[in-house]
Amino acid sequence: MSEQRPDNSILVKRLLLTVAGMFAFGFALVPLYDVFCEVTGFNGRTSNEAAVYQQVEVDESRTVTVQFLTRNAKGIPWKFEPSIKQVKIHPGEVKVVNFLAGNPTSSNMIAQAIPSVAPAEASLYLNKVECFCFNQQPLAAGAETEMPMQFYLDPDIPDHITTFTLSYTLYDMTANTSAEAIAQLLKTE
Amino acid sequence: MKMKPLWALLALTSLPAAAQSRLNMTQGVTEVSNRVYDLHMTIFYICCVIGVIVFGLMFISMIRHRKSKNPTPSNFHENVKVEIAWTIVPLLILAGMAVPATTTLIAMEDTSDADVTVQVTGSQWKWHYKYFENEVEYFSRLATQQEQIDNQFEKGENYLLEVDRPLVIPTNKKVRFLVTSDDVIHSWWVPDFAIKKDANPGFINETWTRVDEPGIYRGQCAELCGKDHGFMPIVVIAKEPAEYEKWITEKEEEQRKAREREQELLAMEMSEDELMDLGEKVYNSTCAACHQANGQGVNGVFPALAGSGVAVDPEAIDKHIDTVVNGVTGTAMQAFGSQLSMRELAAVITYERNAWGNDTGDLIQAADINEVMNQ
Amino acid sequence: MSTVVEETHHDTHHDHKPSGIGRWLFTTNHKDIGSMYLWFSFTMFLVGGAMAMIIRAELFQPGLQLVEPQFFNQMTTVHGLVMIFGAVMPAFTGLANWMIPMMIGAPDMALPRMNNWSFWILPFAFMILLGSLFMEGGGPAFGWTAYAPLSTTYSSDSTALFVFSVHIMGISSIMGAINVIVTIMNMRAPGMNYMKMPLFVWTWFITAFLLIAVMPVLAGAVTMLLTDKYFGTSFFDAAGGGDPVMYQHIFWFFGHPEVYIMILPSFGIISAIIPAFARKRLFGYSSMVYATAAIALLSFLVWAHHMFTTGMPVFAELFFMYCTMLIAVPTGVKIFNWVATMWRGSMTFETPMLFALAFVILFTIGGFSGLMLAITPADFQYHDTYFVVAHFHYVLVTGAIFSIMAAAYYWLPKWTGHMYDSTLAKTHFWTSLISVNVLFFPMHFAGLAGMPRRIPDYATQFADINQIASIGGFAFGLSQLIFLWVAIKCVKGGEKAAAKPWEGAEGLEWTVPSPAPYHTFEKPPKVE
Repeated sequence: MSEQRPDNSILVKRLLLTVAGMFAFGFALVPLYDVFCEVTGFNGRTSNEAAVYQQVEVDESRTVTVQFLTRNAKGIPWKFEPSIKQVKIHPGEVKVVNFLAGNPTSSNMIAQAIPSVAPAEASLYLNKVECFCFNQQPLAAGAETEMPMQFYLDPDIPDHITTFTLSYTLYDMTANTSAEAIAQLLKTE
Repeated sequence: MKMKPLWALLALTSLPAAAQSRLNMTQGVTEVSNRVYDLHMTIFYICCVIGVIVFGLMFISMIRHRKSKNPTPSNFHENVKVEIAWTIVPLLILAGMAVPATTTLIAMEDTSDADVTVQVTGSQWKWHYKYFENEVEYFSRLATQQEQIDNQFEKGENYLLEVDRPLVIPTNKKVRFLVTSDDVIHSWWVPDFAIKKDANPGFINETWTRVDEPGIYRGQCAELCGKDHGFMPIVVIAKEPAEYEKWITEKEEEQRKAREREQELLAMEMSEDELMDLGEKVYNSTCAACHQANGQGVNGVFPALAGSGVAVDPEAIDKHIDTVVNGVTGTAMQAFGSQLSMRELAAVITYERNAWGNDTGDLIQAADINEVMNQ
Repeated sequence: MSTVVEETHHDTHHDHKPSGIGRWLFTTNHKDIGSMYLWFSFTMFLVGGAMAMIIRAELFQPGLQLVEPQFFNQMTTVHGLVMIFGAVMPAFTGLANWMIPMMIGAPDMALPRMNNWSFWILPFAFMILLGSLFMEGGGPAFGWTAYAPLSTTYSSDSTALFVFSVHIMGISSIMGAINVIVTIMNMRAPGMNYMKMPLFVWTWFITAFLLIAVMPVLAGAVTMLLTDKYFGTSFFDAAGGGDPVMYQHIFWFFGHPEVYIMILPSFGIISAIIPAFARKRLFGYSSMVYATAAIALLSFLVWAHHMFTTGMPVFAELFFMYCTMLIAVPTGVKIFNWVATMWRGSMTFETPMLFALAFVILFTIGGFSGLMLAITPADFQYHDTYFVVAHFHYVLVTGAIFSIMAAAYYWLPKWTGHMYDSTLAKTHFWTSLISVNVLFFPMHFAGLAGMPRRIPDYATQFADINQIASIGGFAFGLSQLIFLWVAIKCVKGGEKAAAKPWEGAEGLEWTVPSPAPYHTFEKPPKVE
């Protein structure tokens, strides 16, 4: 064939490394996305961790209206609604809102509530001290319960946010959990 | 963006006389939709002008610089000044375009101070609307008959763009939509409002409109969501605020009554034992006269229920209920719907389906009776 | 461009080739592999085209006449996948294989055995993809973009086959790209400096880097679909803490550079053909190179313009709008440079030139609709409608595909040693030109009037437009059979072609005889 064979191996190795690197980058985009969304609040997600309430100055001069929405993702027959549709709250003030849940079926079930905030920006200033969305919630057959959600707003929430909506979508996780585990969880409640 | 008079003239001359062209984007019925339309027309005209110039030059060249007309080709193959010019000029045009685009976008994304809030939920393959300020919610499904789709009937005027229960909103009020999905990604699109927002499962998106003119506005799902993606349209009726108030109050009342009724019916739910007990009592006092206590009927006169007919047919529950509730005209079978309570009807039908070895396992409740009675 | 010393040929008499099916299975010859890629691509073009015919037949009238909605969705999905990964990309790879070594004076590609593998895994990948159509539950029906959760929780097991075939296609493209880069960097003949290389080589060089950068990301994205569906991960499932919109970000990070992967080689082809038939040097060679590089770099910054309606914050929408509008600038520069090449040239209009000129005009129209789509508030009305379908078919069919046809007509004499039948070829051109516009131009109006995409049935006000488009579609499909005829006829025989059948053509490939000997430039040519 050719008279001299150039040594291609260095370049080939570099290119293969780049390919591997880009494949890893694709997966790295996952935590990158999460961090980016956490920092900017861009996708309206709220934190999964309980916030600690530090004594902050309550800003009595303004009120923010927080609306609550619930939605059952396909197939889950639970009753799931907020006890009140909206609250008016001062930034810095702590409030508790109860969410009513009911399992009308004849077997124990377990569900996960996923929160979402609109406008997404407001999620950065929403701090949940206690939320049923932090864990999966079991409910015995036919049982009803009240789930509290305790929260406060950062006093430095921007002025242009006067209303925002916190929505919970409820997902059925019963298929992913053994009946024994659910029963165990119910006992410890 | 204020349309310069020249553009306005061009716009008038280019649009066909008909109100909403089938060839161009709609101007819509909101301030935002009009701004969007203006942006669309502006960028379109800019492209037309550039196209005329570039293609014009190409055609001139194809004619004047063909080999037969210009046998000796020129030599030039670079010119930095010209290259810089045709880099900078497009940049400037684009910068000019970006300004109105930016202001329109910022205006579109300002959802504050809404008067009415509606939760819009997409699912396969229908929309669900829930008013935040009022206790009204319902599903909105395609209303076009399957026979029209299957080419058996002629297609109606709003073929594939009609629903059983449209969304109703007030005009001249800021209406905020909170869009989400129960399953896959859908997208809520109403061209006349220039709103298109994806419905992402587990997340809410928000958008808003303020409709200037009352009317009926139609849109479609705009994200592939499975087999009936093309069959889940959106219909919004915008009413004057007073009319809207009347409508929403009526609907609230309607739904409140319906919920109460449902509660009543649910309260009437009985266990199997209760049903069989009550059912036997009712059967013996009401039905046995003709169908006999052993369910055998009288040959040729009163049909047997034991081991035969609707009572054992798993597919015929509704028919069974219908027969008992509405009777059978031209026969001695009366309509017992007005004679027995829903509990009693549920019980006796359950009994008939499970006694004498029928054993279908079917348990009929008051709610089932209610459904058949109110079809 | 470089001036070239004519190379006298010694090796025509030992131009032996192996024979039989073994030749094709085991070949490491860039010309053979190029030919296989081209025939494979043409076959896939006809397969994808047949699916398009089914789509247009169903859309000929409102109502459901021929197929069920779920099958229709399979057709749109597989049509897209086949055309992108089976027709356009392999065609460009075939052209790269045939032409790059000759254009830079190299005897073959740098990694000939890997080259063979790159090709042969492709038919295998497509057997898997096309086979999935015959599964119970049907083939993939979620669009070529495969958004979750439609493609994960709400689809059949065909998702798994889709993922495997995409992985294999990706490996093929990546290996091909590595081969191109190493060949260009390490095997140029002495004197063939980077800024002397033909534009086709430059555009493929840059394309190869794009492929290396983004195909692995696609592999990651579809792997995540697979694990979400079968292995309990929740990348895109809100219930498990994931986000379906994240899939779109990852996918389009690949997807946007992908569309530039599918057009940059076109730019190279047009930059070879217009100067040849205008008998005039390409205007602004260096800025053409820089513009191509600029387009490639910018292509990484615009991905979310496919996602304006997903609920992005304003700041992000503005960023992506500005970057997208910016890409119009280097693209415009290229268009202007081609027109300047034509200007005061001495043009003849053989078939390659006809296709190249049609490319410039029609690709520009596609560019205009692209610019309109970039304007975010307006995009809210265009997104997921037939306006988008019109846009990308203009840039891909009258863009990429026309450039591939131009290239085929341009280089067929070199490949086969025969001139193609120019009457048939011109017929192919004119019927294609007219029918393709009848097919796709009305789609702009359908989209503006409110017709969404990916629907098997539509409201009656879209009926006329769809009927016209369908007629154009059938005509366009039939026209491609003329091309098949021309190609087969040319392979079999025809007027003997000179080494340089086109008076104004430049480049090392025209210094070797037609047909090109099995081995060329075993001794590198002198390049001045």
